[in-house]
Amino acid sequence: MASPKSTAIAALRRQLTMGDALAPAPRVTRLGIAAIDAALPWGGLPGGAIHEVTGPESDGAATGFCTTLLARLSAGTRPVLWVTANDDLYAPGLAAFGLSPERLIVVRARRTAETFWTIEEALRCRSLAAVLGEVRGLTRTVARRLQLVARGSGVTAVLLRHDEDDAFANAVTRWHVVSARRDDAAEDDSNARWRVDLVRCRGRIHGEEGYVARWLIEWRAATGDFGVVADLRDRPDRPAPTRMAR
Amino acid sequence: MWLPTFATDRIVRRRPEWRAKPLATITAAAGACRIAAVNRAGQDCGIAPGMTLADARALVPDLVAVTATPTEDGHALTRLAEWCMRYTPWVAVDATNLDGGALWLDVTGCAHLFGGEGRLLRDLEARLAAFGFAARAAVADTPGAAWAWARFAVLRTADDGIVPPGMHRARIAELPVAGLRLAPDLVETLHSLGLRRIGDLYPIPRAALAARFGRFVLHRLDQALGTMPEPISPLAEPPAQQAVLAFPEPIITAAGIAAAVQRLVENLCDTLAQQALGARRLVLSCYRSDGRIASRTIGTSAPTRDPAHLFRLFREHLGEIDPGFGIDVMALAATEVAPLAPSQASLGPASDATAHELTHLVDVLGTRLGHAQVRRLAARASHIPERAVARVSAGTAPAAPEWPVGERPLRLLPHPEPIDVTAPVPDGPPLQFVWRRRTHRVARAMGPERICGEWWRDDAKLRDYYHVEDNAGCRFWVYREDLYRPDRAARWYLHGLFA
Repeated sequence: MASPKSTAIAALRRQLTMGDALAPAPRVTRLGIAAIDAALPWGGLPGGAIHEVTGPESDGAATGFCTTLLARLSAGTRPVLWVTANDDLYAPGLAAFGLSPERLIVVRARRTAETFWTIEEALRCRSLAAVLGEVRGLTRTVARRLQLVARGSGVTAVLLRHDEDDAFANAVTRWHVVSARRDDAAEDDSNARWRVDLVRCRGRIHGEEGYVARWLIEWRAATGDFGVVADLRDRPDRPAPTRMAR
Repeated sequence: MWLPTFATDRIVRRRPEWRAKPLATITAAAGACRIAAVNRAGQDCGIAPGMTLADARALVPDLVAVTATPTEDGHALTRLAEWCMRYTPWVAVDATNLDGGALWLDVTGCAHLFGGEGRLLRDLEARLAAFGFAARAAVADTPGAAWAWARFAVLRTADDGIVPPGMHRARIAELPVAGLRLAPDLVETLHSLGLRRIGDLYPIPRAALAARFGRFVLHRLDQALGTMPEPISPLAEPPAQQAVLAFPEPIITAAGIAAAVQRLVENLCDTLAQQALGARRLVLSCYRSDGRIASRTIGTSAPTRDPAHLFRLFREHLGEIDPGFGIDVMALAATEVAPLAPSQASLGPASDATAHELTHLVDVLGTRLGHAQVRRLAARASHIPERAVARVSAGTAPAAPEWPVGERPLRLLPHPEPIDVTAPVPDGPPLQFVWRRRTHRVARAMGPERICGEWWRDDAKLRDYYHVEDNAGCRFWVYREDLYRPDRAARWYLHGLFA
């Protein structure tokens, strides 16, 4: 037997979802990897929202995945802005991933408050296709604030986080990207292989393993595109490649 | 403007109780203490610069003597000159330095802002008197005439200090020849020949004057009469454009300052629009009533004259301006301008608006974080990895650059980090390495790619780069510095991360 309070709350919830549904359809950017695009309810990445990417700092895979996202969002013509903490982005490497540096503005923000301020200011600028922020110490309030700004302007925010703290519900998608080992020695040496986990996705329920979907994708240096090596969703969870620690 | 007792006035400012006493500064020269400067009370008692201290003490036993500080006096005079920029941007310190201190102010075209030359002089003298500086100011067509008038004319009111346009030749004729900025021995020579007034020199043939007294006297006479130009090099380069706002009452509130800045920005943008210019660098100077100047500088990435945008950039800094006891005058100067064609409301595609929005964002970020932190990456012709990318101003989009061939990492560490490496053969790729206290076992390695240092640089060292992948799949860019030498351990560095 539902109490009047809980019925009221349920009604409000319905209204909230209705409100979301009534919002104008966001611009969707396809990632160009058919298996991943198909797994996303929008058929790609929705714009005007926050997307989170996590991964260890000593691993370039998460940076590479973010670069790919930015390259797709920029579509080669629209400018993007990257807020970095260490100023270690290397333009020739970015260019190889399709992000042409002449479309990129790099901002170096040393303090946490400056980083969030910069991201917020940049999100208000509708001329930008996307804003990428390397963030640390994201709080619920800040995440909510950025989400509102992004929704208002339609600019997509990608937050690259190296500290894998708790996720915030504000992000529409949350990805965890790490490098993966390649077993056969015959492969082209310059290809990169990543394990991409779609950890959270609005509108999708994640399984017991703690992710919605998992792929093993490979970036082919020769052609500059991606191929899905294995769709790991339905496979038994393989132990992640372990790293040797001292 | 002449400050006859600048050095002693500075001392009295610190020690007001000495105001009425005879006061002198002394320098030790040729084995004797000599008077360098003396205040009004001392002059009345007959003390003059150049006397020995003993002679002066004989005249006035209670003379207060202080060691002269010419360097500090010079700095103080420069500060006073900066303060005088409230009247005109063209201010210079007089270098002739014969007596006391003197400043040049070119008030051409500025006097009307203060209600005419007379009111400007009155205002200047009143403010200086409030600071404790005795000043004699004169306005004339030439610097030479103004110099003579400030020193030797009878100035009862400030209006007496004005030599009307075109009248300087007649007016200074009555003044003593010392008004020509001549050394004392030259003045002595002229006096001994009965040439006491400047006017006495007018009828003498120029050739005779030059032959008799050297070219210097003729030179100074020509400068005073305006037949020879006398350029004055200002303290700071006068700004290309400037807007000034003087307040009837000193303003002190943040809202007042903001409103004033808004008006200044609008005025300046109007002027810039008339001349088809855009500002690249703006300096806001607040002249406080206690004589200090608070100033803030902003820069823009592209020339602009959009008042709303410029005001937004200044708003970041308004909180840092300390109004003290109030601000009398605010000046906004465009110190760097660039041509900017008149804009037109766009009918075509919105690309123009997009570019504007982006430059505005770049300016806002640069104002807060520093313009060096907002950058674009451009290619530079160098095969040294860290030198191949230049950080350029974000204001203008660089042309599509050509990037170096070869595999390059996504992140390049600002400084290569030393790593401990185990390598099976001395000049082969590493087998395992320790980076940031973590051991990475190398699963595969590609390379080496040999990059030689640029021979014209001192730190030119050869590097052998390897692209290594550890057994977790992470890929790194490591290099060994220098060629293998059996007598020395190889030095390895980690330089970048691949995706």
